[in-house]
Amino acid sequence: MTINHQLLAAGMDLGYGERKVVDDLNLTIPPGKLTVIVGANACGKSTVLRGLARLLAPTRGAVYLDGKPIHQMSTKEVATILGVLPQSPIAPDAIVVSDLVGRGRYPHQGWFRRWTPEDDAAVAEALRATDTLELADRPVDELSGGQRQRVWIAMALAQQTDLLLLDEPTTFLDINHQVEVLDLLTDLVKHSGRTVVVVLHDLNLACRYADHIVAMKAGKLVAQGRPADVVTEAVVADVFGMASRIVIDPISDTPMVVPIGRHHVGAGAKLSA
Amino acid sequence: MSDAVLTVRHIRQNLASRRRVVSLGLTLALLVTFALALYLGDYAVPPSGVIQSLLSPLTGMANKGVDFIVLNVRLPRATLAVLTGASFALSGIIFQTLLRNPLASPDIIGISHGASAAAVVCIVLFGMTGFGVSLGALAGAVLTALIIYVLSWRNGVTAYRVVLIGIGMAAIMMAVVSYLFTRARLVEVQQALAWLVGSLNAANRADIIPLAIAMLVLLPITMALSRVLDALQLGDDTASALGARVETARLGLMLAGVAYAAFATAAVGPVAFVAFVSGPIARNLLNGAGKGFVQAALVGALVMLGSDLVAQHVIPAVQLPVGVVTGLLGAAFLIWLLIVSNRAGRVN
Repeated sequence: MTINHQLLAAGMDLGYGERKVVDDLNLTIPPGKLTVIVGANACGKSTVLRGLARLLAPTRGAVYLDGKPIHQMSTKEVATILGVLPQSPIAPDAIVVSDLVGRGRYPHQGWFRRWTPEDDAAVAEALRATDTLELADRPVDELSGGQRQRVWIAMALAQQTDLLLLDEPTTFLDINHQVEVLDLLTDLVKHSGRTVVVVLHDLNLACRYADHIVAMKAGKLVAQGRPADVVTEAVVADVFGMASRIVIDPISDTPMVVPIGRHHVGAGAKLSA
Repeated sequence: MSDAVLTVRHIRQNLASRRRVVSLGLTLALLVTFALALYLGDYAVPPSGVIQSLLSPLTGMANKGVDFIVLNVRLPRATLAVLTGASFALSGIIFQTLLRNPLASPDIIGISHGASAAAVVCIVLFGMTGFGVSLGALAGAVLTALIIYVLSWRNGVTAYRVVLIGIGMAAIMMAVVSYLFTRARLVEVQQALAWLVGSLNAANRADIIPLAIAMLVLLPITMALSRVLDALQLGDDTASALGARVETARLGLMLAGVAYAAFATAAVGPVAFVAFVSGPIARNLLNGAGKGFVQAALVGALVMLGSDLVAQHVIPAVQLPVGVVTGLLGAAFLIWLLIVSNRAGRVN
């Protein structure tokens, strides 16, 4: 995992049928960093991820992987460089953890090349990295939400790609499991030099974990950069249409958004209003 | 090698050995049932006589009466049961896996009904018999599948729409059959009804050959494409992300699934529920140890052959059509499935 691959979108429009969801997006993913895409519901953040991941073809513009238009590369070639964990993957009935994680080896296998010791090693490494080794022989449908999400991440890791894109991997998880998953993603960036792109709902967790944050509104990029530079009261008001105060996260020294709303008129609300 | 790698390898080997045990058990059961099918019958032939007959093309030791019973009556019948059972099962498990729904088998979503309606048209309107009816059934199955596919298409095919439209198509096709019955002469209705229940009573070598050829073509294609299912089972986006060519693989598998159902139905009629029950039974036996295509084919062959034995011998001197037995079996299974999926709050 020493080579860092380049992923960028240039003048990209994305949509479903007639409906345009993303408009003229220019975005370069910084290699070897954790990038988080944030924005209100239906702002197109998941659609951007699907575009970057080659799951959705742009109606205009293009996505380039290492300088080559990604939609002209073969699915298999892309799958050895770029791994994706979609929002709601499906686990087949009664499948056990290590079998599911083994499915991540698919792009490394062929019509004639079946399972090898390398595949076992890749699965073992993915289980170890996600701390799911002791679950290896358990059926996936018996796991807790947090465990299941770690197993899915392990599946994507077994693919052994330098780039990893995840669509809302913390949705439906309790706060402790959210932190667990984001800690794991940070490990992947820090220890193995991977490039990780995540779509997140929770703005404060995004601020804490992101090296690079991308804020979107109505299909357009509003701001991007270090959380400390990007996340301001003005940007939050623009992106989420909500008054807030920014304080400093006492744990991580990153910006923390405190929403104001209509019912709590403390000192902060008066200051901002 | 580290402990982690050993653990992973150990689990993988365990799953593989469970697959082998299930396949071996089913194969043994199938062999025993096949032997019974050659041995049992109104005309008593001792086991040694059966073996002698089977070997007679090699040894040249002929015994005309016994050879006719064993080689021209029981052997084609049992062979046809195995081939059609396996075909129905493969068709069922392909659709159930692709559409991620146990209800999505061809005998529920209208493909068998399309074959039935076409066959009844051939019998009642054109006075056809035998091979002509089979050809009509084949065309009916393919055409119905095509209509279901086109009607369900909206930027891709979703399982839910296919199942709903398929059930609708099944109702329409049954209405066509009912209408034709009101217009037909009694003798034609009898002939059509016999075909609709599905039966091996008239099995002969001529029925086996088209199906056998179709299977020779379809089996390697199924084997090759089923690898893609490793990825496809995880959802379309995940499969694409893993580098699978989702649409190509799905279309190829669906065509194979329709072909299995069409050729099997053409050979023996729309034998109820074999396609529907075989996959889930195989998956239950495997309990997570694989996709179960091979095992489902074995289950299908076993269900068909076993049901036909029951149909022939349960009431002395009366030969029931095999579809009566599989119908009872399948209905019980459907009720069980509905109860279980209701309790779990899902159909998956």
